[in-house]
Amino acid sequence: MGSTSSTLLKIPNVEELMQETGFSSAHIIRLYDRFKALDKEGRGHLCPHDFGAIKELAMNPIGDRIIGAFFSPGQETVDFNNFVKILAHFRPVDKDRPRDPNSPEPINSRSNKLKFAFQLYDQDKDGKISRDELLKVLRDMLGMQVTEEQLESIADRTIQEADLDRDDAISFEEFRKSLEKVNIDHKMSIRFLR
Amino acid sequence: MELKMFIIVLGLLVGSLMLLEGAASSPDMGTGISQNNHDHKDVGHNNTHSKKKPFPVLSLDYDTVRLPFEISLWVLLASLMKLGFHLIPRVSSIVPESCLLIVVGLLVGGLMKLVGESPPALESKIFFLYLLPPIILDAGYFLPIRPFTENLGTILMFAVVGTLWNAFFVGGLLYGVCQLEGLQHLHVDLLSCLLFGSIISAVDPVAVLAVFEEIHINELLHILVFGESLLNDAVTVVLYHLFEEYSSVGTITVTDVFLGIVCFLVVSLGGIVVGAIYGILAAFTSRFTSHTRVIEPLFVFLYSYMAYLSAEVFHLSGIMALIACGAVTRPYVEANISHKSHTTIKYFLKMWSSVSDTLIFIFLGVSTVAGPHRWNWTFVIMTVILSLVARVLGVVGLTFIINKFRIVKLTTKDQFIIAYGGLRGAIAFSLVYLLNPHHFPMRNMFLTAIITVIFFTVFVQGMTIRPLVDLLAVKKKQETKRSINEEIHTQFLDHLLTGIEDICGHYGHHHWKDKLNRFNKKYVKKCLIAGERSREPQLIAFYHKMEMKQAIELVESGGGSKLPSAMPSTVSMQNIHPKKTPHERALPQLSKAREEEIRKILRTNLQKTRQRLRSYNRHTLVVDPYEDGWNDILIKRKKMIELEKKISQMNNYLTVPAPPPDSPTIARARLSSDPQAWGIKASTESVPTIKVDLASPQSPESVNMVDEFGKKGSQAKESKEEGGLMMKAPSAAKERKDKTADEDDDREPQQRLMRCLSDPGPTADEEDEDEPFLP
Repeated sequence: MGSTSSTLLKIPNVEELMQETGFSSAHIIRLYDRFKALDKEGRGHLCPHDFGAIKELAMNPIGDRIIGAFFSPGQETVDFNNFVKILAHFRPVDKDRPRDPNSPEPINSRSNKLKFAFQLYDQDKDGKISRDELLKVLRDMLGMQVTEEQLESIADRTIQEADLDRDDAISFEEFRKSLEKVNIDHKMSIRFLR
Repeated sequence: MELKMFIIVLGLLVGSLMLLEGAASSPDMGTGISQNNHDHKDVGHNNTHSKKKPFPVLSLDYDTVRLPFEISLWVLLASLMKLGFHLIPRVSSIVPESCLLIVVGLLVGGLMKLVGESPPALESKIFFLYLLPPIILDAGYFLPIRPFTENLGTILMFAVVGTLWNAFFVGGLLYGVCQLEGLQHLHVDLLSCLLFGSIISAVDPVAVLAVFEEIHINELLHILVFGESLLNDAVTVVLYHLFEEYSSVGTITVTDVFLGIVCFLVVSLGGIVVGAIYGILAAFTSRFTSHTRVIEPLFVFLYSYMAYLSAEVFHLSGIMALIACGAVTRPYVEANISHKSHTTIKYFLKMWSSVSDTLIFIFLGVSTVAGPHRWNWTFVIMTVILSLVARVLGVVGLTFIINKFRIVKLTTKDQFIIAYGGLRGAIAFSLVYLLNPHHFPMRNMFLTAIITVIFFTVFVQGMTIRPLVDLLAVKKKQETKRSINEEIHTQFLDHLLTGIEDICGHYGHHHWKDKLNRFNKKYVKKCLIAGERSREPQLIAFYHKMEMKQAIELVESGGGSKLPSAMPSTVSMQNIHPKKTPHERALPQLSKAREEEIRKILRTNLQKTRQRLRSYNRHTLVVDPYEDGWNDILIKRKKMIELEKKISQMNNYLTVPAPPPDSPTIARARLSSDPQAWGIKASTESVPTIKVDLASPQSPESVNMVDEFGKKGSQAKESKEEGGLMMKAPSAAKERKDKTADEDDDREPQQRLMRCLSDPGPTADEEDEDEPFLP
């Protein structure tokens, strides 16, 4: 099984990556294989087109947003390291991690998971989910089945419920607060990324 | 004072119960009575020889009504007991209801014995056929699907492996103990012990429900213990039959074990399939019930009961069939049936399960006094200890394995509660009771031991679990309702996770859930849900439910006080100038435009709520005197004008007085789609209405919005403040422009609204309302 170590060697800065994301080597290898499978042309990085080729993702109502989240603003490609870093958000939380106050919060902490989700709402990256952005999300999710008025009512109600500082938009803190009862650690974790 | 009266009534009741039992069962009186009334001929015949008796003006004929009378008396007693416990607040907060009921049963049994009567024991047939199904159906129908499926793996582990472990551990060790010196006279063989072990190892859903309902523990633990108690039925059934079959033979071979495993799969999966089939049938039937709303609940009950009985015919797991039926039926039936039917189903289920529950515990007490006992210190004590030990070891061991696969791990506290919550109950008792004394000479001993274990778990564990939960600071159930934010974000996260799983190429939990949802939406919903509702997305259904609840709450609260401006329901009206909102939130004075809006809101929303509740009334027994009659229209018109005057005089004051009904003229004008006319005049309103076309084949309950704004997407709904509840209905595609048949709708008297709204129905219990199926 020499392929394990050889695969690892192919990846630049793999030690650093493992440290930062908390993935084990087995996971890294798995993700690397997946990356290679997606990267059909073997260029060493992925572009949105490659993601689009995933059939189920195309059917996903927010598929485009998810794909967009992998690419930093302005960039057209994502390399393996960034690919893994994004996926690290979905690693289950380690409960018994020693709390080192000096080290930065791990990528898969509850707060960072929520931030990732928040960014998917907040496309213009102004730190708030405006009414229009919310409407867009609702439209994506509910599609053709509802009228515009219904969408707007729902959007209004949502904002009013969550909006505490009355700026008619949902900030990250308000977003976090409205989800305090939901078990984010459970909801936003993928089992195999352990 | 209340208490004293109550006790007197109770005493009279118990006394009469026993008297009647005595009267009926004593042969002399019976004959004497029957002779008088049934055998006219005889009497006549006798008359020729004896003196003619005067015509009996008043006679006693108890025999014909004996059975129903006694049953009713028992049920009445049970219900009064339940009532009584809540009159004594202190006791009911310390002692769980189940304990009190068993004590009552003991007392009644004891009394009966004193009088000389033999107290009736809990017959297994009655228990399994009549008392158990309502409780299980109630549990299955309101099963919270999402936590259940999320924790299915864990639950199955506990149910199957845990029960097996318990059975073999207890059975084996008991056999070992019985082999010891001094106990060999008992002649218990291995198979009998294993049978006993398997009976006693099953956690009982009735007992668990009874106790856990009162302690309001967090959802995860509740569903784990409860789910386990439901799913272990299959294991129990198989083990029971296996050991019972072969105990007479004396040996079990490997083939038998293998067959046993196959049997287990057949029993559990078969039960589920049977339940699912009946569930789909029920859902399908409910699609066509739009014209006979009154019997809708009956279908749900009947199909579920038939599912149970059908499963029992084949010795499949009846409990699993019932759960499957309830869980499958619910999402589709709820979309099809009317609001009132839904309330009826809920209340009937709760009522029946409550009565069953009470009766079971009382009878358990009575049977303890009645049942033939054989006390053997060692056996009984060992049983109790072993079952406790087995449970703890089982839970700890299994959790260790399970935690390797769980994302959210089970802590030690959780494990303790799970182990401690493994209560045994009436199912175990009934199963032992079913044993044939000839095949099992030790039956009485088993009976005693089981009763002791049941008493121990229910009393000791049941009473102490509440303080323990507080002591260990176990997370309690969160009482607040789901907000629309949570709903939206949760769905969003579901999609997100599905997407990420697809990217990773990992076919996980979300992937399959998504696939199932898609299948559900595409094929199943189309078949099983009538009309428009089949295309209604989950979120919209949820949103409607919320708005509806708020509407009812709003009107019920009278709407007299100034409603806080931050009331969520109001915002749904904000469409035109959202930017204006922050500035004008605190309105000191109502401008004219505002007044109009408010008036409009009131009118529309009240009419809407009315409509939803009203269309069901058409088929009820109550003949509504206001159903017909055009003179009403004039009255309503007058009232409306008065109301408008009133409103224009008010400032920050929103009321819901005798709400303004609509005349057909207005309705018709409205329907001719005049979106921009926001005039004060009543006749040229264009208010969004709910068009309930009763003539349509589609369910009247699926209210259709007259989309008078057309597809221009004009934002004609401007409103501000409170009272604004826009219930929007799902029919986006169809614009119902046919206004002809709608005069019926408009002759709506407000009194009906008030009457309808006095039904506390859906607002009373929110636990189950907000659980969408596969959200």
